[in-house]
Amino acid sequence: MTRFVVGRLVGAVVILWLVSVLAFVLFFVVPKALGNNPAVLFAGRSPDPATIAGVTRKLGLDRSYVDQYWSFLRGVFVGRHFDSGSDRSWCPAPCLGFSFRNDQPVWSQIVDALPVTASLSLGAAVLFLTVGVSSGVLSAVRRGGLFDRIAAAVSLAGVSLPVYFTGLLLLLLVSYKWHIIDNVHYVALTANPALWAWNLLPAWIVLSLLYMANYQRLTRASMIDTLGEDYVRTARAKGLPERTVIGKHALRPALTPIVTILGLDLGVLFGGAILTERTFGFRGLGAISIDAVNTQDLPVTMGVTLFAAFFVIMANVLVDIAYAVVDPRVRPR
Amino acid sequence: MSAPFLQVRDLSVRFTTDDGVVRAVDGLSFDVHRGRTLGIVGESGSGKSVTSLAIMGLHRRGRRVSIDGQIRLDGEDLVTASSARVRALRGQRMAMIFQDPLSALHPQFTVGDQIVEAYRVHHRVSRAAARRRAAELLELVGIPEPSRRLDDYPHQFSGGMRQRAMIAMAVSCDPALLIADEPTTALDVTVQAQILDLMRDLQREFDTAIILITHDLGVVAELGDDVLVMYAGQVMEHGSVADVFARPEHPYTWGLLQSVTRLDEQRDDRLRTIPGAPPSLITVPPGCPFHPRCAYREQAGPATGTVRPALVEAAPGHRVACHLPAEVRQRIRAEEVTPAR
Repeated sequence: MTRFVVGRLVGAVVILWLVSVLAFVLFFVVPKALGNNPAVLFAGRSPDPATIAGVTRKLGLDRSYVDQYWSFLRGVFVGRHFDSGSDRSWCPAPCLGFSFRNDQPVWSQIVDALPVTASLSLGAAVLFLTVGVSSGVLSAVRRGGLFDRIAAAVSLAGVSLPVYFTGLLLLLLVSYKWHIIDNVHYVALTANPALWAWNLLPAWIVLSLLYMANYQRLTRASMIDTLGEDYVRTARAKGLPERTVIGKHALRPALTPIVTILGLDLGVLFGGAILTERTFGFRGLGAISIDAVNTQDLPVTMGVTLFAAFFVIMANVLVDIAYAVVDPRVRPR
Repeated sequence: MSAPFLQVRDLSVRFTTDDGVVRAVDGLSFDVHRGRTLGIVGESGSGKSVTSLAIMGLHRRGRRVSIDGQIRLDGEDLVTASSARVRALRGQRMAMIFQDPLSALHPQFTVGDQIVEAYRVHHRVSRAAARRRAAELLELVGIPEPSRRLDDYPHQFSGGMRQRAMIAMAVSCDPALLIADEPTTALDVTVQAQILDLMRDLQREFDTAIILITHDLGVVAELGDDVLVMYAGQVMEHGSVADVFARPEHPYTWGLLQSVTRLDEQRDDRLRTIPGAPPSLITVPPGCPFHPRCAYREQAGPATGTVRPALVEAAPGHRVACHLPAEVRQRIRAEEVTPAR
């Protein structure tokens, strides 16, 4: 089992490295090849040649690509200096460079945004997972019944309605009309857990609506399969109560595909829920990355990209490990 | 002889489907005594498994399934009993072994956990005590190193071992009735004999009533005391194994017996088969359900296509449902059936 986990982690590191090469090529090699000098983007409006030369030197754009990538990679692990001759700045590890726009270290921006994104995605995940899976189980058990049909309609609506519609509608109702939650804004969990949850609740609901349908339908289909399995009949033949038959013998194997999708969804959600963050005005990774793209802030875009890739890859490793925990047949011997 | 442990009277199981009503079991009656084995034989779709699931109360009752008649377990009617009551009896007084132990055992729980669970539903004991009991059971069914094998998963067992584990789970609460649905069909021939031996030993030790469901007449000859031949959900012939095998009365039974391969006798012709296929249980033929496939239907008279034959005693304890006159059956059996075997 340990060898299995270590193997997956090594694989993850290799993939992450490939992603970093790809991101570097995409953000620093391609623009230059297309005649779009990153130094000009950094230097601001109508810069003079001396400034551009200084910036080029500071970012190391005059050196070879291999050299530039190497400095970048070193920076991530041990930090690096940015030196334009006239001014010298130290970027501590893990260094993803400085923002072109506000000269802040990219890493500190990510660190500031991460709790917002994590709160949003984990809270939503708890909500869509519990509601989605339990309503999926109920739909499967009472297949064709009233609940099943209502759940199908609700989940179809949930997956079809865009966040900027449901989100704004919910905000309109709870904040402006009923004044249940006035002035929705992010409150740190450490500052006030109650306010944290209270302010995030509408965003959780909106984000969950989008994902819940998938989990509801997947659980339903998966449960219908396992409920027809011989081992479920065996469980009934033992005289087990129906809730054990359904909640243990039928649900556990049905969870395998759900774990897969959850891993992928969580990985993507950690990269930032752009629309939801925008709608509710939360400064998470999604909001940062959309701002960075709009302002051609290359280091921030690249930093957030690598960070999101890190989560997607880690989520996949966790899914693989979860498989082995859930299903003994895939466990390496 | 004491009262039969299981009495089934006029059992009917019907399923309502979009295509019509499926009469899976129609007017079935039989008894099983403790320490005795009843073999139920017939082709696929003759209602054997539906009968066993009905006894175990494993059909989902509702708009689509209707069960009529009586199933008396030690005098208590299961058809009218509450589902909670049937659940309490299930696994404890009556247990079941299924055809394919690989799919019937849960792939994600250890063999030990599954036996412990079966035992603890009906007994208030600690996990440790139940685990000791599970190890004893594995030893009883002949699995070496039982306490170590408890932590194995079903896929780590061989086919025969899995069926042994399945049997261990079924007998964990000392059931008085054991229903075995094709217990050896999915196994190697050499393992089949071992499993049958095991079942016989357990029956002797615990005085269990066994219902053995199979399409294999060899298995019935090996283990059965009585045999019930089913066709299209109805009883064709019912008697002791000795009587039915020595003096089979029904043309369908003749067909089944003649389609068995025998290695102990020289045969000069090809293996005989029963022409045609079993009917759809939605449109069971009127009269004798077997008459469209029966080679002797001309000699049975016109009633065979319109009137359902009554189950009458051909000899004491040996019942048959056939329109052929008794002397005609005897003649055919003497001239065509017995010589061919």
